[in-house]
Amino acid sequence: MIAFVRAIVARDLRLAMRRRSDVVSALFFFIIVVSLFPLGVGPQPELLRTLAPGVLWVAALLATMLSLPRLFADDLRDGTLEQLLLAPQPLGLTVIGKVVAHWLVCGLPLALLAPVLGLQFDLPADGLKTLTLSLLIGTPALSGIGAIGAALTLGVRGSGVLLSLLVLPLYIPVLIFGAGAVDAVATGMASDAHLSLLGALALGGVFFAPWPTAAALRIALE
Amino acid sequence: MDGLLEAIDLECVRGERRLFAHVGFRLGAGELLYLQGGNGTGKTTLLRMLCGLSTPMAGEVRWRGAPIRGQADDYRRELCYLGHPNAIKEDLTPLENLLATARLVGETLDEDAAIDALEQLGLAGRADLACRYLSQGQKRRVALARLVGERRLLWLLDEPFVALDVAAVEFVAGLIGAHLQRGGLAVLTTHQAVPIAAGATHELVLGDLSTGGSATT
Repeated sequence: MIAFVRAIVARDLRLAMRRRSDVVSALFFFIIVVSLFPLGVGPQPELLRTLAPGVLWVAALLATMLSLPRLFADDLRDGTLEQLLLAPQPLGLTVIGKVVAHWLVCGLPLALLAPVLGLQFDLPADGLKTLTLSLLIGTPALSGIGAIGAALTLGVRGSGVLLSLLVLPLYIPVLIFGAGAVDAVATGMASDAHLSLLGALALGGVFFAPWPTAAALRIALE
Repeated sequence: MDGLLEAIDLECVRGERRLFAHVGFRLGAGELLYLQGGNGTGKTTLLRMLCGLSTPMAGEVRWRGAPIRGQADDYRRELCYLGHPNAIKEDLTPLENLLATARLVGETLDEDAAIDALEQLGLAGRADLACRYLSQGQKRRVALARLVGERRLLWLLDEPFVALDVAAVEFVAGLIGAHLQRGGLAVLTTHQAVPIAAGATHELVLGDLSTGGSATT
């Protein structure tokens, strides 16, 4: 079972490496959106520090959204999705593999880039640390929940916009606890509670969201 | 002859149109079923029903006497479906594609066997070239290379001969023939008349609702 999930992850990572432009464009989107704020707001360190958690988290949500439509669309187009549905393993496992691969090429790089971008907002060291940690814990939830939306809008015309409308509201809890963790540290409180809740959302995203996703995929291919 | 694969009274409705109704057949070990019919008569849909991807409006598909709905995992373990799209990744090489597909459908395939399969389909020297650079027929050959080592009992093939040249058609027909000799079952849709050595060949013509399109030998 583990071997099967690993095979899916390995396949998706290899495909992502062959098509680096897809991965890189989401990351550059993140970098540029985040960098626009200091330029637009001007050199007001106090204000920028306040804005930082929200801006970085919202930009991370949007960058994730950008990469979601391709999660299943390529597999649908070339027929590999049918083969995945016919694999003897439960489809949920396939989806878990795809969610993990999506996180590795999207969520993980976003989290690793965040501390560098946070410097533009004059975030203190512990703020940067919490920001990175909150993104590391929270982005798996984004991939998992996003997969449901990606499966539901599979094969629908104009699916990109519909996907955002479906998924962004579901991202609100992740956004609140993620940005909240960084805010808590900035005001001198502990961020443990926020991070624990993020962890719970991430576990839900990776282990529970794949099952409704699997059901949506079956309907999409019906 | 006891039927391993059985379709009972299948009906398909697409939008407002009924594509077919009361379609039924039985297929035993070593038997071949040709699905025929014009474009848009529901051949692919019927094939997808047989592998469980689509649900029939009415009727059911049985495997070893039990409905496939209830034994999905076990049934899929005995099934090899090759759809109209090739199910290969353009960015991967034929070899990587073959190995990845095998792993995903739960087969063990080592690299030598995969290279051998590709060579048998005339893709020697192309194994390390991304599939994007291959011609339509070569891509189809990559997809069909799966069948070389395939030992699952039931093959469902949607237009396997499309885009292939004469030699490749003959080779693939040979593969299907050998599969039937081993006691396997095959259902294929095709517009070409390709002679395949089979214990018993059935034909099912879709598109003629008046006869109900039941299997004739």
